[in-house]
Amino acid sequence: MAVSAALALAPQLRIAPRDPAAETEALLGVASWAAQFTPGVALEFPDCVLLEVSGSLKLFGGLEPLLELLRRGLREMGWSTALAVAPTPRAAFWLALAGKGKFIGSTAELEPALAALSAEIFCRNDDTLAALDAIGVRTLGELRALPRDGVARRFGQGLLDELDRGLGRLPDPRNFFVPPARFRAAIELPAEVTQAEALLFAARRLIVQLAGFLAARSSGVQRFVLRLGHRNKAATEIAIGLVAPSRDAEHFTLLARERLSGLALAEPVRELGLQADDMVPLPGNNLGLLLEQGKPPGDWGHLIERLRARLGAEAVRGIAGRAEHRPERAGAIADLGVKQMQLDFGERPFWLLDRPKSLVEIDAVPHHDGRLELLVGPERIESGWWDDDEVARDYFVARTQNEALVWIYRERRGEGGWYLHGVFA
Amino acid sequence: MAGMPLTFSALLERPDIWRGGSLSRAGMPAIPSGFPRLDAELPGGGWPAGALTEILPAHEGIGELRLLGPALAALSNRGLWLAWIAPPHLPYAPALAAAGINIGKIVIVRTATAKETLWATEQALVSNACGAVLTWPRLVKYADLRRLQIAAEGSRAPAFLFRSPEAAGESSPAPLRIALGTAAGGLAVRVLKRRGAPLARLILLPAMPPAVRAKNHHVDRRPAAATAARDFPARLVHA
Repeated sequence: MAVSAALALAPQLRIAPRDPAAETEALLGVASWAAQFTPGVALEFPDCVLLEVSGSLKLFGGLEPLLELLRRGLREMGWSTALAVAPTPRAAFWLALAGKGKFIGSTAELEPALAALSAEIFCRNDDTLAALDAIGVRTLGELRALPRDGVARRFGQGLLDELDRGLGRLPDPRNFFVPPARFRAAIELPAEVTQAEALLFAARRLIVQLAGFLAARSSGVQRFVLRLGHRNKAATEIAIGLVAPSRDAEHFTLLARERLSGLALAEPVRELGLQADDMVPLPGNNLGLLLEQGKPPGDWGHLIERLRARLGAEAVRGIAGRAEHRPERAGAIADLGVKQMQLDFGERPFWLLDRPKSLVEIDAVPHHDGRLELLVGPERIESGWWDDDEVARDYFVARTQNEALVWIYRERRGEGGWYLHGVFA
Repeated sequence: MAGMPLTFSALLERPDIWRGGSLSRAGMPAIPSGFPRLDAELPGGGWPAGALTEILPAHEGIGELRLLGPALAALSNRGLWLAWIAPPHLPYAPALAAAGINIGKIVIVRTATAKETLWATEQALVSNACGAVLTWPRLVKYADLRRLQIAAEGSRAPAFLFRSPEAAGESSPAPLRIALGTAAGGLAVRVLKRRGAPLARLILLPAMPPAVRAKNHHVDRRPAAATAARDFPARLVHA
């Protein structure tokens, strides 16, 4: 009907132009995501994805669990879908188009189930549809009741072949869809967004799609990029890097949330895109034969990434030792996971102060919370003449009035003085 | 199993029931501390895994980290990670290596606010990816500690919280609370709270570095060595 007629009937109707390119892209996105459940994915344009699932039922624990996974994933990605299961692809397509969520197990049940199917579902040609309507055939069952050669003469062999394919009497081979090598997906936001946190909702959809895509290829990514499209400015890109390749949707969502939560948007965002380029093969996890008590051991890499996402990369480090006499260089903050060192120093404190603290000297005795009693020493360290960081100190282990042990030194260069450098915690 | 009558003694064997005078032992995973005298007084025979342990040293430097040394060494050498969250100073690699701890398995998390410290601790506990979590929280309330205790449950890692001695008077959901002091040249451990009967006496541990112990006239009975220790500082200071 014309737009004006529609608006006359329902004045609150919202009208938007169709975008076939976007629809195709969306269909391909769903197909790439669905490829994680089966390698046999076929497309039926403009809006249907066919999955050949007989080989996947065992892995996913049956038809119902598989359908539940499909429903949940599609809902998370924001699609409303009609699912149907049938022994032939064409029958499944018709049932889904009809909106009947029917699950037909065998070909024997197929004919009775399809009998009530309305003619406009399986007949795409308007002339044929009008002709069928003229002779009073409105459902598939009624068409099947007519003599075959008569139908072939009046409506063409094509219609009969179509029915036969749907009922499983003729083969219906399909070309299976191959997901693309890189992941590109975008969502146009319904309204311009000014707060970064509100983007998380759309980002979650894209992340679920990415996770399915990666599962289909048995790969992971170590880096993905969120693109925020603005109206006037060039797009803002947020790259999220991972310590180890992963395809865990929950983990990606957590990282995206941490990155988006602190972000200040210069301009409102109207489109959110996600791209991931370098896929790395990542096999799935094997379940252990025996289920262990308590929680399973967590992923160390994920923990580090979560901590870094919120606190900053510099806040999460490791420590390393070096073969150096100068104490502040012998142990320092470094990258995670250095190899164990085999070095032999004298008595060293567990804590090293970031900067040596100057101590008051009263009656030629250093004081720190009271009088210090020198116990062990002196250990003379003179080093570093070669790189302008010369050190000449006499180190002692001292005991405070509180019976704590501290590591102090007496500076031998310049004006001298006592300093506190470490605590034997 | 359903038809068997439950005997009283079998009921007493359950890990979540303990009798007033005894120390609950069975079914509690624990990491041995490396000090037999301390392990004898801890439920489960060591630091409780999957639970908070509060350590309240009287002053910094009396041996609060050396107390954990053997347990941390054992965990890190098993390949487990040790998370140090908001430590007050830099953990010194040569000292840790000398204590037998694998420094490649240490991660230091430096936070800017007390809230971040609590968040990081909670994340480390919930993830169940660490062998042990050490944290120096400031301004913790009972509700925060309760959250951390819940986060720790079910994981295999002991969680050590270092707090100031004033916190001894506050109530806490941590199942094990230890106050550290010094006595007679060694470390005096006072168990403030544990699962089971309360402990009245102090546990004395020799926790000082060996070199100091030899020269310390509190512990060493040889007067000759004591004199040497007292003499030489005087000589040096006037040098």
